[in-house]
Amino acid sequence: MIERKDLALVFPDPPPSMLARTLDLAGQRWKAVANASVAMQAEPAEGWTGAIVCADEDPEGAFALCRTLRKGDARVDSILLLVSGAQLHELEHRDDLFDDFCLSPFHPRELEARFRHLLFRAGRGESPELASYADLVLNFETYQAAIDGKPLDLTYMEYELLKFFLTHPGKVFTREQLLSRVWGYEYYGGARTVDVHVRRLRAKLGEEHANLIQTVRSVGYRFGQTRWPGAGDRVQDEG
Amino acid sequence: MERQLEYVLRTVEERGVRFVRLWFTDVLGFLKSVEITPAELEVALEEGMTFDGSTIEGYSRIQESDMLAKPDPNTFELLPGGDPDAPVARMFCDIQMFSGEPFHGDPRHVLKRNLERAREKGFTFFVGPEMEFFYSRTAERIEPLDNAGYFDHTANDLGSQLRKQTVLRLEAMGIPVEYSFHENGPSQHEIDLRHTDALTMADNVMTFRLVTKQVAQDLGVHATFMPKPIAGAFGSGMHSHLSLFEGDVNAFHDPGDENGLSKVAKHFIAGLLVHANEIVAITNQWVNSYKRLIPGYEAPVYKCWARNNRSALVRVPLPKQGKSDSTRIEFRAPDPACNPYLAFSVMLAAGLRGIEEGYALPAEATDNIYALSDAERLAEGISALPGSLRDALDSMENSELMAEALGEHVFENFLINKRREWTDYKAYVTPFEIDRWLGAL
Repeated sequence: MIERKDLALVFPDPPPSMLARTLDLAGQRWKAVANASVAMQAEPAEGWTGAIVCADEDPEGAFALCRTLRKGDARVDSILLLVSGAQLHELEHRDDLFDDFCLSPFHPRELEARFRHLLFRAGRGESPELASYADLVLNFETYQAAIDGKPLDLTYMEYELLKFFLTHPGKVFTREQLLSRVWGYEYYGGARTVDVHVRRLRAKLGEEHANLIQTVRSVGYRFGQTRWPGAGDRVQDEG
Repeated sequence: MERQLEYVLRTVEERGVRFVRLWFTDVLGFLKSVEITPAELEVALEEGMTFDGSTIEGYSRIQESDMLAKPDPNTFELLPGGDPDAPVARMFCDIQMFSGEPFHGDPRHVLKRNLERAREKGFTFFVGPEMEFFYSRTAERIEPLDNAGYFDHTANDLGSQLRKQTVLRLEAMGIPVEYSFHENGPSQHEIDLRHTDALTMADNVMTFRLVTKQVAQDLGVHATFMPKPIAGAFGSGMHSHLSLFEGDVNAFHDPGDENGLSKVAKHFIAGLLVHANEIVAITNQWVNSYKRLIPGYEAPVYKCWARNNRSALVRVPLPKQGKSDSTRIEFRAPDPACNPYLAFSVMLAAGLRGIEEGYALPAEATDNIYALSDAERLAEGISALPGSLRDALDSMENSELMAEALGEHVFENFLINKRREWTDYKAYVTPFEIDRWLGAL
């Protein structure tokens, strides 16, 4: 079984929609909490991977939560604080309550990069042999894949294709690109092989998750959601 | 290759696989299986498993009986439906001689060789078969589970449940299904597999037949791929949708043509029509196969092509608007009791010959061919397929194309085996004769 330690705590509940969207696009699993006691009750068995706390609306509640997260029971090693420019002076004397901060309104890619870097420094980021996107996890060392915690029965090439997708989320690849980068050798099926394997992968991912792999009409395929909202990909869902 | 082996070994270990089944196919298309434990797996992957080839139909002569079954790690797949605590996996094997050379009697090798020839011309060959079969309460005689017909939606009956279970299990094994429905005959069903490259599809057809039979057997029902189990009802075919791709491009498609068909497609169809007599011994290999190929049951009898005429031997389905990639032709002769490796080989060989020689495509058959008189058909240049296994074997035996496509080993062994079947059949006194003539004569 693949262990995951990647549930991030988010405050407040509900979080700003921009934050929720950024985390979803990054494939980061998260749970919103309203206060410290909810944070303790909802803590997953393997602990929170980190926390993103927005202080711009309810600074008192935010700092109270950070204080709890710094103490024993529900300790969180990586806390990213979101503050508005007008609040910067409030950070004085509170340096112990967070590990890094980001100005709000934030740039999605900056927030994603800062949070990832925090996790990396705390040693709770994705280890090199583990990669995940939403509910899908791959273990490169054991060659096993799981979705919603259930192992997937894959052939070697299905595994390799899924691995490539998972490590390049949000990007569009043509069939030829996939064939040369995943298969890397001449194959009886030619470029259509890619379509066939995508169908097989979708069948195995199950109906609920089949749309993880999107068909981008007259181009190729993309795994996960686009990183460039508004870029105007024509996305088509295939059964 | 190293990483593929590691993938297989690691998955067996991680998932606690108890047995690995090594699969291969005899000349008639029967599935052969050797079961090994994980402890033997590494050696099997690297060196192959030794087995006695003289016991396999159409394989070797006694003096060269020891052979190697070498698993193809690309085909490693866990088998669903078993004990979840003791999973079983399977791999298809390539058969080798002790010298390490591929064995020319291995049907999988025959198909690989033909696909290689297509590839030299820049083509990859795709097949999507429509698998038809009957459910029967017993294997002793045909006892349908129902009397429903085409597309009938029967409420909760056993046959539909079995079909649904089969589709789910196929999908879990990465064999996507396009459609499935109740066919014309009583307890006759059809499951259409999504097209894929011919080698994978031949493997899939082998898996499909096993899964279909197993799902039925679990509920005490027999699934049969016999081409014509009930006289007077529809038979079971394996209409095969064929296409050639050049890289990403469908080589059968030409937007400038009124039917959307390229020159390649037209020559390919012509090749199938010209060589149909020679190849049906392979695509329709049983005495019983020819009881399906008669007028009146949507089975092809006459060698012609048409766009939307289900009595033609080759049908050209109209692709959906804007879906040029789905341009394909449908060869309607094969039945599901064929050896898929050999059947795909000979269909491809006939089509490629048409392309190489630039055969001209005859005019499309427009009328219902069955309604024409023999003279009218003759006037249109439409002749019939072989009427019996014997006629088909005669055509095959004189075919240089078939000897080349199958290789001498398979060509000879197949003919010997099938001549024997015909001799046995000819000597058999059938219930037909007893019913009609015992009293009267």
